[in-house]
Amino acid sequence: MSRLRQAARRIWRVASIPLLAIVLAFIVAAFVIVISSVFTSTGLDVFLPLGAYGSLLAGAFGSGTGIVNTLVAAAPLILGGLAVGLGFKAGLFNIGVAGQFLVGAFAAAVVGARLADSPTVLAAPAAMVAGALGGAAFGFIPGFLKARTGAHEVVTTIMLNNAAVLLLTWAVNDLVRAPGFSFPRTGEIGNSALPVLLPRNLHLGIPLAVLFVFAVRWLLDRTTIGFEIRTVGQNPNAARYAGMRPVFVTTLTMTLSGLLAGIAGAIQMLGVIGFYAPGITASVGFDSIAVALLGRSDPIGILFAAILFGAFRAGAPLMQIETSVPIEIIDIIQALVILFLAADLIVRRVFRVRSTKPVISELATVARTWAGGTPPGGAT
Amino acid sequence: MGDQPPVLEMRGITKRFPTGTLANDAIDLEVRPGEIHALLGENGAGKSTLMNILYGLVTPDAGEIRIDGQPVTIHDPADAIARGIGMVHQHFMLIPVLAVAENVVLGQEIVRPGGILDLGEAAARINLLAKKLGFDIDPSSKIEELSVGQQQRVEILKAIYRNARILVLDEPTAVLTPQETREIFEVLRRLRAEGASIIFISHKLDEVLEIADRITVIRRGKVVGSRRPAETNANDLAELMVGRAVSLRVDRGRSHPGASMLEVTGLRAKNDRGQDALQGIDLSVRAGEIVGIAGVAGNGQEELVEALIGLRKPTGGTIRLGGHDLTSASVDRRRDRGMAFVPADRHKYGLVLTYPLDDNLALTRYGDPPFAGGFAGIIRNFRAIAENAIRLMKEFDIRAPDPKVPAGTLSGGNQQKVVVAREFRHDLKLLVLDQPTRGLDVGSIEFIHKQVIGRRDGGAAVLLISAELDEVLDLSDRVLVMFRGRIVGTFPAEEAQREKVGLLMATGGARA
Repeated sequence: MSRLRQAARRIWRVASIPLLAIVLAFIVAAFVIVISSVFTSTGLDVFLPLGAYGSLLAGAFGSGTGIVNTLVAAAPLILGGLAVGLGFKAGLFNIGVAGQFLVGAFAAAVVGARLADSPTVLAAPAAMVAGALGGAAFGFIPGFLKARTGAHEVVTTIMLNNAAVLLLTWAVNDLVRAPGFSFPRTGEIGNSALPVLLPRNLHLGIPLAVLFVFAVRWLLDRTTIGFEIRTVGQNPNAARYAGMRPVFVTTLTMTLSGLLAGIAGAIQMLGVIGFYAPGITASVGFDSIAVALLGRSDPIGILFAAILFGAFRAGAPLMQIETSVPIEIIDIIQALVILFLAADLIVRRVFRVRSTKPVISELATVARTWAGGTPPGGAT
Repeated sequence: MGDQPPVLEMRGITKRFPTGTLANDAIDLEVRPGEIHALLGENGAGKSTLMNILYGLVTPDAGEIRIDGQPVTIHDPADAIARGIGMVHQHFMLIPVLAVAENVVLGQEIVRPGGILDLGEAAARINLLAKKLGFDIDPSSKIEELSVGQQQRVEILKAIYRNARILVLDEPTAVLTPQETREIFEVLRRLRAEGASIIFISHKLDEVLEIADRITVIRRGKVVGSRRPAETNANDLAELMVGRAVSLRVDRGRSHPGASMLEVTGLRAKNDRGQDALQGIDLSVRAGEIVGIAGVAGNGQEELVEALIGLRKPTGGTIRLGGHDLTSASVDRRRDRGMAFVPADRHKYGLVLTYPLDDNLALTRYGDPPFAGGFAGIIRNFRAIAENAIRLMKEFDIRAPDPKVPAGTLSGGNQQKVVVAREFRHDLKLLVLDQPTRGLDVGSIEFIHKQVIGRRDGGAAVLLISAELDEVLDLSDRVLVMFRGRIVGTFPAEEAQREKVGLLMATGGARA
């Protein structure tokens, strides 16, 4: 009994601020909905938020289709969130998930199309591995630059995001364009598509993403590599003193982060999109940052945060249809969640939370890296 | 002076923390005008809590504060400042990128009409104040360009600028060199002559005896005695403070040096600014021998220990340990060869403050059995990590509720014990100690010194660097003097007299 209560208290201590930030975001967004209702044909409607949130909930969880849609939308966010969260653990801010995601998706699409006629047991894993390696390679670049030269990962990954978009557009146009289509795209992936486990596209990528939650958790908590990653993030000087090599750890972490982002791209490609064409959305990359922050870089936290964000995406269309509240309100809610996480003092004041942890370290990483920290390698 | 009414009275101050610790138990304290009043006690005795109550940072459960005989309630530091109380914290509250003048006026800016900051006027006032206190400081220089001693003077200026009449200094000498300590004492004496009252928190007996007019000793939250320097001595104060007789001098015993363990020849290295900090160091330490390096801070000691442990690349020379050339070996490899290192800055190198104690107690051997094993040797063994923590906490008397509390929540003395406990492994070949007892109270110092001698007698080679000349002289079997990146003198223990060594430290001998 008391052990249960202790566990609950421990969970509350880490999760109270994110949970309350979500509640507060919904409350504030409700005002936005009410105010915006004034300008619609129906006029002022103070109960509109209740209706909208009800439809949102029904759209995300009210039916089998809804639940599957939620999970399908959550899967790449889980992996992307893990990618960003792993970086935070080492004190790195990987804004490059968008680019690594695209490279992963592209690599999976190309290899998938090449193996479209091979058996699925062979083709799907091969395409997945290609996506993972593509993302890893694209994460290795900023990691190596940071470790060797001190080039800031925030700057390099933002630039590499643009580089990825342009490079892949060129590649689709000039290297791997499939014949017979009116626009540049890769070929059909055929048998490389991820097997669908349950009707309405509950594809294999979803359990795979959940598997990675536990794999990353295991890596961070149980292995010396995870210990090195966390130590470099917490105190690079102590890491060096303890015999760790921050240069190596930084490169490794960015590579692993890119690998996770690449897998996110691959499962999205092989499970949902099916072909690569210029202009495919990479919003997963930026939502992943929000997911990692909301999940406080903890793999389990990221899992729940990704499901929440997936539910937003899955439920929003029904909300728009039933209540005419535009889908874009979701972006406002998401932005408010992050705002209240960053300004957690507001949450503490409103809900009178007394928490022992005054600073959310991931946000400290964001702030520090933006301000231009020193490379963790220091003088070597 | 003695019969003047007190400027500050604290009566029956009691504070119990939510964790149950009774930090202050009905403490009485009286401070008179123009008095330097020392507050002496071990780490965690309750000195800082008492002063935080005075400064409005902590609310007491019971008790009364009177200033000039009037009862006052102090809600926050702004209240305290308004009542003429100034505080210089151990960790400075300065903004490194701002100039001295900007830091001093912060929050009390002089503003010309139109909201324009008048730094010229501020600088003029600061110059005047500094002159009065007997030191020179350029109000336009940036804090980050100043030495620690100068930064501390800026903190004092800041308090005086806000018209502090009661100045609290929390362990002001903990971060200073002996020379800087002498200078700050001069400043404090001038302040006293101006009529200010100073509360001087310390656990260093000789300093307290030198500077204080009155000494109040606190042990476990209670006042256990009050003395004038003339009527007491270091042994008496130490006993009051710790609650038992303490030997202030180490009984070193006879050393039985064996074969040469560490051989350093012609070692050269640059400091962070690219200057030659080590200009050809030759030294050797034998097994079962303590070699101490005396020297004024900043003569290359820091670079020497960093080069030895592998945190700084030498630009020349060799380092050999037990016959193995380790000049360009990694930190990890040196540790495998039996090197251990207690760093001077435990927050920078020695600990990960957010980690629990058990991880910190295994930090430098995290990848070795029994702490890791299994598949590819990368699976951490939490059982071994926990057992190691429990054993070391007992052996080294590390006071913490359990091995899972973050290291950052421990007192400074206990944090240092964590580092020492971890580094004093049993298979030790060379132990490099950089300021091993800095910031510790007498009880902990005695304990650590005994441990050092125990490791020496167990056959380890010990290299000791300390800014406390007495510590070097007390512990070392051989004393080397370091000056401007060179070893300028060697003394066997029996010939190392304080004056002789001190002179060489200051001048570097004939070569200076």
